[in-house]
Amino acid sequence: MAENIRTVEHATCTFCGCVCDDMNLTVDLDKHCITKAENACVLGKAWFAEHTIENRPAATIDGREVGVDEAVEEAARILVNARFPIIYGLSDTTCEAQREALAIGDLIHGTIDTTTSVCHGPSGIAFQGVGESTMTLGEVKNRADLVIFWGGNPGEAHPRLFSRYAVTTKGMYIPNGKKDRYIVSVDVRRTQSTPVANLFIQVKPGADFELLWALRALVRGRRLDPSVEERTGVKLDTMKQLVERMKTCRYGVLFFGMGLTMTRGRHFNSGALLALATDLNEFTHFVAKPVRGHGNVTGADNVVSWTTGYPFGVNLSRGYPRFNPGEFTTVDTLSRGDADAALIIASDPAANFPKAAIEHLHRIPVIALDPKATETGKLARVAFCTATYGINVGGTVYRMDDVPITLRPAFESPYPSDQEVLTAIKNRVRELLNKKAKPKEARKAA
Amino acid sequence: MAETMLLVAGRTSKQGTSLSAGKLKEEYLGVTSTVEMNADDMTRMGLKDGDAVRLRTSVGETVVQCKGRKATDLPAGMLFIAYGPPSSQLMGSDTAGSGMPLSKNFTVQVERAA
Amino acid sequence: MPDTLRIVNGRVYDPANGIDGEVRDICISDGRIVASLPQDAPRLDVNGMAILPGGVDIHCHIAGAKVNLARKLQPEDHRRDPHPSTAVTRSGTGGIVPSTFATGYRYAALGYTTAMEAAVPPLAARHVLEELHDTPVIDKGFYVLLANNVFLHRLLREGRREEFRNAVAWWINAAKAYAVKLVNPGADELWKGQRNTNISSIDQTGTGIDLTPRQIIRSFIDVVEELGLPHPVHIHCNNLGHSGNWQTTLETMRTAGESRLHMAHIQFHSYGGEPGKNPTSKGPEIAEYINTHPNITTDVGQVMFGKATAMTADAPLGYMLRNISHNKWINADVECESGCGIVPFTYQEKVYVHALQWAIGLELFLLSKDPWRIMLSTDHPNGGSFLKYPRLIRLLMDRDFRNEEIQKVNPRAIKKTVLLDNLDRQYTLNEIAIITRAAPARALGLKHKGHLGAGADADITIYEENADKERMFNAPRYVIKDGRMIIADYEFRTDHEGRLLHVAPAYDAAIEQKLHPFFDDYYSIEFANYPVADSYLHHHEIVPPVKAAV
Repeated sequence: MAENIRTVEHATCTFCGCVCDDMNLTVDLDKHCITKAENACVLGKAWFAEHTIENRPAATIDGREVGVDEAVEEAARILVNARFPIIYGLSDTTCEAQREALAIGDLIHGTIDTTTSVCHGPSGIAFQGVGESTMTLGEVKNRADLVIFWGGNPGEAHPRLFSRYAVTTKGMYIPNGKKDRYIVSVDVRRTQSTPVANLFIQVKPGADFELLWALRALVRGRRLDPSVEERTGVKLDTMKQLVERMKTCRYGVLFFGMGLTMTRGRHFNSGALLALATDLNEFTHFVAKPVRGHGNVTGADNVVSWTTGYPFGVNLSRGYPRFNPGEFTTVDTLSRGDADAALIIASDPAANFPKAAIEHLHRIPVIALDPKATETGKLARVAFCTATYGINVGGTVYRMDDVPITLRPAFESPYPSDQEVLTAIKNRVRELLNKKAKPKEARKAA
Repeated sequence: MAETMLLVAGRTSKQGTSLSAGKLKEEYLGVTSTVEMNADDMTRMGLKDGDAVRLRTSVGETVVQCKGRKATDLPAGMLFIAYGPPSSQLMGSDTAGSGMPLSKNFTVQVERAA
Repeated sequence: MPDTLRIVNGRVYDPANGIDGEVRDICISDGRIVASLPQDAPRLDVNGMAILPGGVDIHCHIAGAKVNLARKLQPEDHRRDPHPSTAVTRSGTGGIVPSTFATGYRYAALGYTTAMEAAVPPLAARHVLEELHDTPVIDKGFYVLLANNVFLHRLLREGRREEFRNAVAWWINAAKAYAVKLVNPGADELWKGQRNTNISSIDQTGTGIDLTPRQIIRSFIDVVEELGLPHPVHIHCNNLGHSGNWQTTLETMRTAGESRLHMAHIQFHSYGGEPGKNPTSKGPEIAEYINTHPNITTDVGQVMFGKATAMTADAPLGYMLRNISHNKWINADVECESGCGIVPFTYQEKVYVHALQWAIGLELFLLSKDPWRIMLSTDHPNGGSFLKYPRLIRLLMDRDFRNEEIQKVNPRAIKKTVLLDNLDRQYTLNEIAIITRAAPARALGLKHKGHLGAGADADITIYEENADKERMFNAPRYVIKDGRMIIADYEFRTDHEGRLLHVAPAYDAAIEQKLHPFFDDYYSIEFANYPVADSYLHHHEIVPPVKAAV
């Protein structure tokens, strides 16, 4: 039995966007694993238990084990020689690593996109159009007496959203927790999240926009054609009751998930919901929040935004950032066949992108960084096994509500961090570009 | 005879926990290869839990196992699957200028796999 | 670039050292200004040019959570103004809320070497520090928002003054802030908890927190004085933007008594008239109070016509502007600490209120008798971009230009001001050096900045003299930061990482025992994870406390 045990208090789970920072970890330093994760949900427990040190090569080229330096060299060579290199992923790594990826993008005039584009990217587009009334999660805990979940299943995807931030938790003006709140769930189907709701509204698939727009009309006191019931599957009376609750609550919250962004209407759905929350501020205090998936996808949004001015889907080929979702987003650059090299950090598009995009990944040189074996790693020309953020690596992550939190790593990994690998690639890319530039200058001088 | 149904892809906690174990591992592949179906639909189609069904769109097809859900939980004509390689096979790549492929609520043809 | 440099033949404007346009050598060694150098030290001949200390912006919004939201909100604005990379600098985008890298480079290219981000909730301190790290060339710091802090209110309400002082000092340390910022003191509870209402008087009761704004303001003034912070309380008063708010502004200044107080963007607080109706100018009255009260410093928050973005911790104000402009709007509540409102906004010459705001700013500049206590700002980007500073300088230095501009704006608004009543003052170059350099550095307590005496940071801007002051100030020929030649012949020669400036007042650690349970009950992050670690500081400098004035 190992004696070399360490405990880490106030550690942070980076599995989902809840980024709970109250983990008490028990770490077996000899076996390089976390044996207990107190306070973790079912997802967090698996996250901590399963990230051990696996016996994988730190780097491979075409499946052949190589030294990290050799892999860095090959990665840099690929990126410098590419005409349309893309950088993708970034939501499951630290902000410090994300900043290095952005620096590489600047050097190689690449295209930068994050998993946001296939998650709440449409909400980002909607945000640009209508703005957002929003809050940190502590405000929900302290104040929210009406909480609406729309198009999401936090019970399975964000298990502690209910207990820690939004439903059962007690707060300053919500001394009795759930008793002091009214919970509404809107979805196309019943899920594990449904039982928590005082009111479940089953909307017809693809009719979210219509229902949201109908609610906006009712908030403004307009009359609705009864055909809206048939279109949305929701009774007018139910809508009216909900609107009454929304207008009379003290602090209302709309959480929304990918049930809005991934379906017909996409950013129009998110935009309608954000506009509804905005409208309600004429009557009471009302906020909305997209429930974000990966541990640091919100950090990726922030870093890409402060560096380029745009949240995702950014192209640097002209030496400055340009933003165009649908053109510079990764599903598009791959499935159109534009990209001729890809640097993929902490993400697995080969497992969850549309078929046409995956097929193109097989055609181009791919550089992959991931702590785990993945489909993307399997097809990559250069694959790095990196240390896991939050478990082996410190740094910064942003919770879904933009609150930044510092990680407390539990044990050391023999593998380099994403940041270390990306810094090495950046430095080597810079050297290769300087070499490339020199002959040109010489010609100029002559 | 193939029937037309609506496929919703999403996350589940089992998908989440098996994902941490490893996406090339059996558990994850199993979780993402199971489609939930309205139990009445299954009866009508002569399917029982664990039977293989073929899902087909204009983009591609995949064979997964089916699992019944009560009609109150999953309406007739609706399917649910956890994201993963099988659902990818069915997804179109047109993002309508948004960057986001339609990943929920798309129509698929469903039939018993031979 | 050598470590030493002698700059020769330039006219030096160094008001802090009483030098007004004399031709003098400026010697640099090891990033500092020195009294002399060996004769064979490398030389830079700047014949016919003006040498000024690097600019110091005492109030702007350039980094952090709200700035990034405003950035994300406006892709249409970035597209008009790309910022390409060069061999030595990073790319970005400009517009009214530039990306971090573009912000640093553009400040530098304007001859500014220090800028202070004016409003950061402590919960978002890591965010602002990460962005400031990615804001190149300039030195920077930030002011931490404490006026709507629920725990601090609790201590005040219960009369626990000693603990209040310790908690304020703890929070400054936890965030790594430079100064204490008060924004619309006491109003957050009404906004968040009482259906989006607001405070309308400094003595208002029924604020839901059982404290009046005046009680909050006075307590912070006292504590900041006791802690000996280099910069006094930096306040955004109640009632910003409302007609008739000048009374609140006067009362706020009176609350300070003889204590130091910095009034932020005072233009926005100098309006007469009835609430809900069109404003009039109270610029002269406000200027008069400031002229006769040497404890008050202020920055103007000049409105410049064109694109702006309202971004403020004064969330009710953001909502009011949203209802005027009907533009896209952001509200962002920060638990236990703050709120935030953001609205894109355009100031137009022909609109009465906008023209009046523009004119009141000019009145304040022109009627103020002591340039050491009135500083140049646009409250970037609230009144307009910092890139408009050169135009503002021309308005102040060039009477004929100013009078031409006055003719272009809403005449009804101008009639409500004294701008055309023989207000023919023209700022001298020396006075411009005061309001853009020497005065803000002094008000901030930055002893090594804002001047060119021996021991000062070698942050230097060299301009080609030009009769058109806007052109002159638009593009310095040389910019030197920490002794390094960043810009030469108008082009970037190297990149540079500036310093993070912060303070670290002492406190009794026993206060943490009081804070801890409050965090457990009402915050959504762990108490242990709340204070910012030193790893976020990059290059940094702790500015020591000054002897308390009392």
